Amino acid sequence: MKIFKVDKQDWVAGVEKLFTAYRLVGPVNEGQFHNFKKLNKGELPDFNFLNTRLSAKSLVHSQTEAMFEYSLDENKENHHIMVDVKKDYSSQAVIGIRPCDAKAFLLVKRNFDTSQYRDPYWIRAYESLTLVGLACHNPCSSCFCTTSGCGPFHEEGLDVLLVDTDDYYLAKILTDKGKNFLIASGWDTETDADGGDQKIEIMKKAAEEKITVLINTDKLKAKETIALYDAEFWEEVAFSCINCGTCTYVCPTCWCFDIQDETRGKSGIRMRNWDSCMFPLFTLHGSGHNPRGKKVQRVRQRFMHKLKYYVEKYDNGIQCVGCGRCVNLCPVNIDIRRVCELMNAYDPQLECPA
Amino acid sequence: MIDYSEKIKEISKRLLEEGRVDIVIGFKKGTVPMMNEPCLVKSSGEVEKFVWDSNCGINLANYLTGRNEKTGIVAKGCDSRNIVTHIIENKIKREQLYIIGVPCKGMIDKHRVAAMFDGEIKVVDEKDAKIIIKGENFEKTLDKESILQSNCSICIHRNPVLNDELVADPVEEQRDVDRYEDVRKIETMKPQEKWQYFEDMLKPCIRCYACRNACPLCYCPTCFVDEHRPQWVGKSQDPTDLRTFHFLRAYHCAGRCTDCGACERACPVGIPVRQFTKKLEKDCLELFNWEAGMSLDVRPPLDTFRPDDPDDFIK
Repeated sequence: MKIFKVDKQDWVAGVEKLFTAYRLVGPVNEGQFHNFKKLNKGELPDFNFLNTRLSAKSLVHSQTEAMFEYSLDENKENHHIMVDVKKDYSSQAVIGIRPCDAKAFLLVKRNFDTSQYRDPYWIRAYESLTLVGLACHNPCSSCFCTTSGCGPFHEEGLDVLLVDTDDYYLAKILTDKGKNFLIASGWDTETDADGGDQKIEIMKKAAEEKITVLINTDKLKAKETIALYDAEFWEEVAFSCINCGTCTYVCPTCWCFDIQDETRGKSGIRMRNWDSCMFPLFTLHGSGHNPRGKKVQRVRQRFMHKLKYYVEKYDNGIQCVGCGRCVNLCPVNIDIRRVCELMNAYDPQLECPA
Repeated sequence: MIDYSEKIKEISKRLLEEGRVDIVIGFKKGTVPMMNEPCLVKSSGEVEKFVWDSNCGINLANYLTGRNEKTGIVAKGCDSRNIVTHIIENKIKREQLYIIGVPCKGMIDKHRVAAMFDGEIKVVDEKDAKIIIKGENFEKTLDKESILQSNCSICIHRNPVLNDELVADPVEEQRDVDRYEDVRKIETMKPQEKWQYFEDMLKPCIRCYACRNACPLCYCPTCFVDEHRPQWVGKSQDPTDLRTFHFLRAYHCAGRCTDCGACERACPVGIPVRQFTKKLEKDCLELFNWEAGMSLDVRPPLDTFRPDDPDDFIK
């Protein structure tokens, strides 16, 4: 794979050029934190951040997304027919996404793009993206990406990996989309392949060594599902939970949504909104029965989904990239790393000696 | 603070061993800086978990809803006022509780402290009234008073108003505090300015409901935003629905809010939601001379009628 050297003095001009080929998105300082925002001409992505407060998932799965519109006005030709809402799926480049967020899209894709079902909204939005990752030199102490199948320089899911060497950027092309991005930017100084690669390898190692928190996931798959489900520790894990949606909403891999119709006067839209397994309404049946009516059931569901059901269903690791957002933002400090440890180490025989 | 922790452990151990209580609710050490986690202890062997420092900002009264055991609960000033509110709203019985009172000098504002440093904060220690903050390339010692949660810096009820035992002598209460400087500023704004101010304030909201759920007052079996037959409020990010949630939530707290700050502490996107509840608190004070949760013997203004209730607002 080719590696290009981008002098920082050429950065602004390159970004400027990219506006002609793409809609640009990047991390923007919103005061107390950074988030992904559409960049307007003249704006630059701001790389002075550890990670964005919210993940990049809203770029393909926005919190509220209109799917159809309809009219109830019988004088109109198409009345009472759901019509696709027109959307802009032209090429979009995301400059400065962290490798964990890019990898997260691949985890979510297993659910939205299967041989049986293909979610047209998610897929079209995802396919419109060119993901230009920003390697992480200073992973946080809440990051555990290296044991979640990811890493601070992880390339899977990215089209370009951008590495800040202080003096200049190294841009490693990973896909054809990445190649086109570089062409559109006009950054065309190829490095001597070995030199660049070596430099990246050294920095990658240094970054990985900074991650001191490791989680063990090796035994999750073999655990008996029912035994884990019935484990005694759930009551203790769930006690402090206030059942807000913070963990699920800041998570790059939580994908659940709820479909709602909203009519105003004679016209309306059918939309989907993020939903959260932490909310009692999430599983409330039309009959009034709620199979997950208790907090402990909802907390268990979140962790069992990420760390057991997903593992079993896809046999490709946990449904978590170790970004640490839920660890940092949970109002009561429920820590997925601790729960993962409890689950991985759980032995029902030790709990109930015969 | 170490003394407080030891004392909490000692009292809890005694209560559990003597059978005075079945459980004790307190805090255990968190896994990230400036965070402790609410925890429940059932036996005297577990009391070593308990900790107390300047990171116990979550209001533990929130964990009383629906409990029917004899319950020991660690309570700082604001928690105790919310316990009083729980009792007068018939959510829990006084006899059921053993309140371990903690005289409090305020909690650290974790959002503000995090925003003060460029790099990641790795360790936060405290010694006396100083907070020592360490990151990879920095170390700074700050006066605790300068980094308090904003509700704590204007708190005038630091000592528990209701308790069965205190872990230490009462602390001196803050006097001559101007609690409503910010509210007055908003009151003087023109309607359009006010509207814009609240619009900007709510912009980052992701509707996770952390503010609502961290609040000890929000114990409705089904919140109005979750009601679906009929569905009062839309579920999307439509600004009208967002506003409706925040405005109504605030009104439901009128005459009940103790300004404990749990809502702001819980918010993952830094919205100063107390701007709503404080106005109502100020109104209750000015109109009814009422402060929530101060006494078991007086009914709150919004569930009583007095012939001399102010009625100037009726035109």
